Amino acid sequence: MNTRTRNFILNCLLIAALGAFLYWAQNTLDGYKIQVLNLIAVNAILALSLNLIYGFTGMFSLGHAGFMAIGAYVCSILILSPAQKEAMWILEPLIWPLSVIKAPFFVAVLSGGLIAAFFALLIAIPVLRLGGDYLGIATLGFAEIIRVVLTNLSFITNGALGIKGIPPYANIWWNYAWLLLTLFFIIRLVNSNFGNVLKAIRDDEIAAKNMGINTFFYRVLAFTIGAFFAGVGGALMGSLITTIDPRMFMFVLTFNILMIAVAGGLGSITGSIIGSIVITILLEWLRFVENPLVIGSFEIPGIPGMRMVIFSLALILIILFRREGIMGMREITWDTFFSRGRRSPEHEEKGGKMK
Amino acid sequence: MSGSMFIQHLFNAITLGSLYGLIAIGYTMVYGILRLINFAHGEIFMLGAYLVFYAITLLNLPWGLAVVVAILGSSLCGIFVDKVAYKPLRDAPRISALISAIGVSFLIQNLSIVIFTGIPRPVARPDWLVKVFKIGNVRILPLAIVVPIVTVLLVLGLLWIVYRTKPGLAMRAISKDIETTRLMGVSVNKIIAFTFGIGSALAAASGIMWALRYPQIHPFMGLVPGLKAFIAAVFGGIGSIQGAMIGGMLLGLIEIMAVAFFPHLSGYRDAFAFVLLIVILLLKPTGLMGEKLEDKI
Amino acid sequence: MTTPASILRTENLTMRFGGLTAVGNFSIDVPQGKIVGLIGPNGAGKTTVFNMITGFYRPTEGRIFFDGQDITGFQPHMVCRSGISRTFQNIRLFTNETVLENVMIGCHVRRKSKWWMAPLGLPSFRAEEEAIREKSMDLLKSVGLEDFADEPSASLSYGAQRRLEIARALATDPKFLLLDEPAAGMNPQESQELMSFIRNIQKRFNLTILLIEHDMKVVMGVCEYIWVLDYGVKIAEGNPDAIQSDQKVIVAYLGEEYVKYVEN
Repeated sequence: MNTRTRNFILNCLLIAALGAFLYWAQNTLDGYKIQVLNLIAVNAILALSLNLIYGFTGMFSLGHAGFMAIGAYVCSILILSPAQKEAMWILEPLIWPLSVIKAPFFVAVLSGGLIAAFFALLIAIPVLRLGGDYLGIATLGFAEIIRVVLTNLSFITNGALGIKGIPPYANIWWNYAWLLLTLFFIIRLVNSNFGNVLKAIRDDEIAAKNMGINTFFYRVLAFTIGAFFAGVGGALMGSLITTIDPRMFMFVLTFNILMIAVAGGLGSITGSIIGSIVITILLEWLRFVENPLVIGSFEIPGIPGMRMVIFSLALILIILFRREGIMGMREITWDTFFSRGRRSPEHEEKGGKMK
Repeated sequence: MSGSMFIQHLFNAITLGSLYGLIAIGYTMVYGILRLINFAHGEIFMLGAYLVFYAITLLNLPWGLAVVVAILGSSLCGIFVDKVAYKPLRDAPRISALISAIGVSFLIQNLSIVIFTGIPRPVARPDWLVKVFKIGNVRILPLAIVVPIVTVLLVLGLLWIVYRTKPGLAMRAISKDIETTRLMGVSVNKIIAFTFGIGSALAAASGIMWALRYPQIHPFMGLVPGLKAFIAAVFGGIGSIQGAMIGGMLLGLIEIMAVAFFPHLSGYRDAFAFVLLIVILLLKPTGLMGEKLEDKI
Repeated sequence: MTTPASILRTENLTMRFGGLTAVGNFSIDVPQGKIVGLIGPNGAGKTTVFNMITGFYRPTEGRIFFDGQDITGFQPHMVCRSGISRTFQNIRLFTNETVLENVMIGCHVRRKSKWWMAPLGLPSFRAEEEAIREKSMDLLKSVGLEDFADEPSASLSYGAQRRLEIARALATDPKFLLLDEPAAGMNPQESQELMSFIRNIQKRFNLTILLIEHDMKVVMGVCEYIWVLDYGVKIAEGNPDAIQSDQKVIVAYLGEEYVKYVEN
């Protein structure tokens, strides 16, 4: 059979295996562990979206939290019942038609993504002319503006009080389904020649332009698609933890996602998934540092804030000693398991003759 | 509003602007020589305030000595951060140093929570600084006069160092062309450390004066002023010391005056800086006093 | 015999950076299908001319006409789309991509599919991807790099990297190719091969080629017409013989180079 058919069958088997695992997990594991599995999926979506923008296209965007916030708020408003909304919007009543609207979960998450993408488009067109550090600061600035606006538009967002009691529709099936959708889209895009174009923009924008690539268009495109999936991730996260407020979407959230993308490997899809698994579990495991530890008859008090200390230290160490993260830019594909061995690098001079 | 209210707001604005300006100078100097946004700079500002607090409460030092200790200590912290987190990445892609800076910023913030705890602390203030006096209808804190004066003195001192001393000359050379400066036999790393030291000292001075003005200190106090000061530096023209001070002043003025004239905008106060940032990046990314850098291929 | 139509014409092309005039009143007329050269001492402004033609710099004054169209002020990617491609003085490959991917990226400018067809996996999209891959492999064959298709481009030898850059430029289906010092760093043997290579691709791809070069053997060997630039100003033009005997050129530039060449 040819490679495509082989890959197709293997992918189907893998998805079936995932399904079986999730079914087992749902019936066997306790609530806490299932929550961790949920977080892994959502963090993977977020890391992939940031990786598309930064790892593959080379745009250092620090505004991810802003798009997550938009996604979270849009989705939450769409899945709350009108009765809940009337009860919760204390500062100012929620404006019509948002007060009466209610949508199915899929539509709500999709809308979260689309509206985040829309705002990304608005921001992108002026801001993406900048490069490097300036782009980072400008996107960070926009994320903060979004946050401040969300805090003040009480008639839409309930202001600083936030939204509680969001229906917990984001169960393990929805989260992993969205993850598969994200993977499907991003893998297909990145593995095509369009993906090569994005990487070319990252590697050398000037050369890319001279080879006929409209770099501005593709940067806006990557930024917008990344924002879409950030919105989706934010929407799922809102429904997962059932409360959101503007303070959740400060820069530290972008920092966490950046950490996952860097640790996994910028420019590697496999890396973002592995990074999400490792970092999510690490963050949960580090909670022990903040809780009191009982050894025999001694109680070592927990140290609040230590978790983030270790986390930040880990990021610094990764950047200092292994900045390519776990995977670098490599991927694990089916070919990795089936390849018959590479050509031996015996050519001293990789050149040969011209014809 | 009445004339006296206006003057009071003006004093507030000048004080705030001076404090932003002092922090902004540190950002602009480091960016000028290393092309690095030192995210951790805002944390040095915070450390300045905390060091003076502990110098007074733990070491029982008199006020003047406490200030000196705090500034020296913060200066050393700034130099240490460069040595450990930025220097190893001098030859790496610039984004790596940037990520490292973000990491250091969060590290210091959270380490401060662990060591100092998150409870806001009140800083003891010398009486004469905070005794309100009146000129006509205007109520003024002596602090509101001391801050701008101290700021002006510090900036003049800095400009003297930069334009009239050898290390200052080296700093200017490095910001133009680091490789050639190195080839000229200048110990580039020492000068970079020196720059971090001075920038950190100024940030610490700002932090101490901030603690006098808004006397509750907490570990996250450097976050927002730091970011705003950076924006002020960009606005004034990154790499330009005068630009940083002008940017800081303008930002202080806008923040105070806009809310004074349009009180219903007070909730959006923190967003002004970011709007200013976006505007300047779109209109003149090099800032008010910045220079254009050409690409060469 | 009628002279071939001019494919590229510049009129009083001038580039000023602040007070410095890098290139002044540069007017040339490049006949279609020829291999021509632009020479001059270092810093004369040759690469600046390339940068203006390819749209990287907007000329301070003057116009550029390509294939009948005024392309002055065009963005670089539009210039490429019109049919001009180039290589760079300090090789600019996509270092994180493989050899093959570098060439495939060059093919992008001529593709018909849209980006959203990628996630949908439409058959027409997949067919085009396959065609791009085949075309890229063919180009690699024509520069002798097909065995290194999946190697990282940064691992190639210097000469091979130069050839890869040319292959990438050819992938954009240019009518006009600008080569910026293609022989830099080559030994005499390699320069000989480069000369035949340039003649070959000119014939095979029906190109007009303008090269900047310091290696006089290469210039005099392949170029049919040469312009000489010194301090941003055109000081001479003509066929190789005329240039070699032009006093101004010898004085400004050929000097030692000329003597060595004559001795060979």
